[in-house]
Amino acid sequence: MKRQHVQKIGEILSLVAAAIVIIPIFLVIILILVNGIQALSWEFISQPPRSGMTEGGIWPAILGTILLTIVTAIVVMPFGIGAAIYLAEYAGDNRFTRAIHLAIVNLAGVPSIVYGLFGLGAFVLFFNLGTSIIAGALTLGLMTLPIIISTSEEAILSVPQEFRIVSRSLGATHWQTVRHVVLPNATPGIITGVILGLVRAAGETAPILFTVAAFYLPELPRSLLDQTMALPYHLYVISTQVPGMPLQIQYGTALVLLLMVLSFTVVAAIIRAIMRRRREW
Amino acid sequence: MPMADKKLSIQDVSFSYGDDKQALRNVSLEINPNELFVIFGPSHSGKTTLLRLLNRLSDLLQQAQIQGNILFNGMDIFAPNTDVTELRRQICMVFATPTPLPGTIYDNMSYGLRMAGIRDWGLIDGRIETALRQAALWDEVKDRLETSAFALSGGQKQRLCIARSLALEPEVILLDNPTSGLDPISTSTVELSLFELKQKYTIIMVPHSVQQAARIADNAAFMLNGEVIEVGENADLFVNPTDKRTEDYVTGRFG
Repeated sequence: MKRQHVQKIGEILSLVAAAIVIIPIFLVIILILVNGIQALSWEFISQPPRSGMTEGGIWPAILGTILLTIVTAIVVMPFGIGAAIYLAEYAGDNRFTRAIHLAIVNLAGVPSIVYGLFGLGAFVLFFNLGTSIIAGALTLGLMTLPIIISTSEEAILSVPQEFRIVSRSLGATHWQTVRHVVLPNATPGIITGVILGLVRAAGETAPILFTVAAFYLPELPRSLLDQTMALPYHLYVISTQVPGMPLQIQYGTALVLLLMVLSFTVVAAIIRAIMRRRREW
Repeated sequence: MPMADKKLSIQDVSFSYGDDKQALRNVSLEINPNELFVIFGPSHSGKTTLLRLLNRLSDLLQQAQIQGNILFNGMDIFAPNTDVTELRRQICMVFATPTPLPGTIYDNMSYGLRMAGIRDWGLIDGRIETALRQAALWDEVKDRLETSAFALSGGQKQRLCIARSLALEPEVILLDNPTSGLDPISTSTVELSLFELKQKYTIIMVPHSVQQAARIADNAAFMLNGEVIEVGENADLFVNPTDKRTEDYVTGRFG
């Protein structure tokens, strides 16, 4: 066979592989969109469920997921970004640093249900936080920590080394250099990483199963120590635990969850694009 | 402060970094106040390494090892009580590639002063204007200090980097091939400004070429493989070198 033919075949095979990745995503989105779109209404997203959840809306679950995501962001960002700064700027290449990196890789590989059980044991029971938003957010935070550390570290390392040397040569200390030169230029990457981490957190069911999620709660949470409903768990409940559940509501709930998660991702992409266009180097 | 007639005194300095990379061997040089001292030689002869040692930017290298002494105004710069950030404000470095920091011209010019903790904006503005005038850049940028430093041309960027150091009112300026990427007109603008600057500052410079070295140097040192081969006044070194290797390099037989 001629080399050109081999070349062509290789090209086609890789195209097919890429296309196969795209197809399921589109199928999922289209399926949920077509089946769920009729359920969407102002009432659906602003009212609590009624009649054993077979009627009404899903507002408590939407609000719960928003609250969980915000609280997760607040608890995880200082630790995640702080650890990334340490690893990228201060830690030398030694055994301790390698141990930390290994721990992060392994943390990223732990199944989410294990995080859920750990959260139950550590936050709900040992720290006596009870089944609460704060316990759920801490559990989700722990799960997203590896993503946030890795992406933030990468963002910090991508700031050109010359900037650091110039800053030091003008008499800035190491910390001043990090604070005034490195972090401002790493921010877009860090924000993207944080958002992508939170997207995962927002869509997870297992970690919130035992730590925060309520099966059905007619009232909205009043403090961080309250339970709350949450979209992923609510979806699980209405799809498997409630007999006679209208399909429309199931698909509608899935659609809302999907739209929330997708809009996060889109926001991350927009931030990245804007910052990249504004970047001068 | 002990009195010293030499601005910098480099005494038998050897330096290595990384995995046993020997960069400098027994280097000794004396640099007078207000002179333009040129360190020249082929690539990888240790010129840049020597410059970076003088304000301890070499501290940023992994596994740096140094022997010998460097005295600045008679004070040992490697003494444990040396304030390194203060040293770098007194001995400023300008790099071969003009590297503005992300931000405006004003951000760049005020950076060193702000990091030094100066909050007197009147003083900062004054220093910026003086420094930009000294670097022959004021007229070109005075109306656009709040625009991005990256929008400047190559020659303007390099003069900005020189001015950025001058704003700190240092005693010594280290210039590592400051005209490397510049066209002949920008190069002569920079060279001309050097004659002005040495009235006020001591300048140590790695030149772009032997010709440039001969044009501008008061005193010069020829370096090869991490060693100083020959030191002398301009008139001697470029016209009647004593060492065969210096002669071969100056006359273009190698390099």
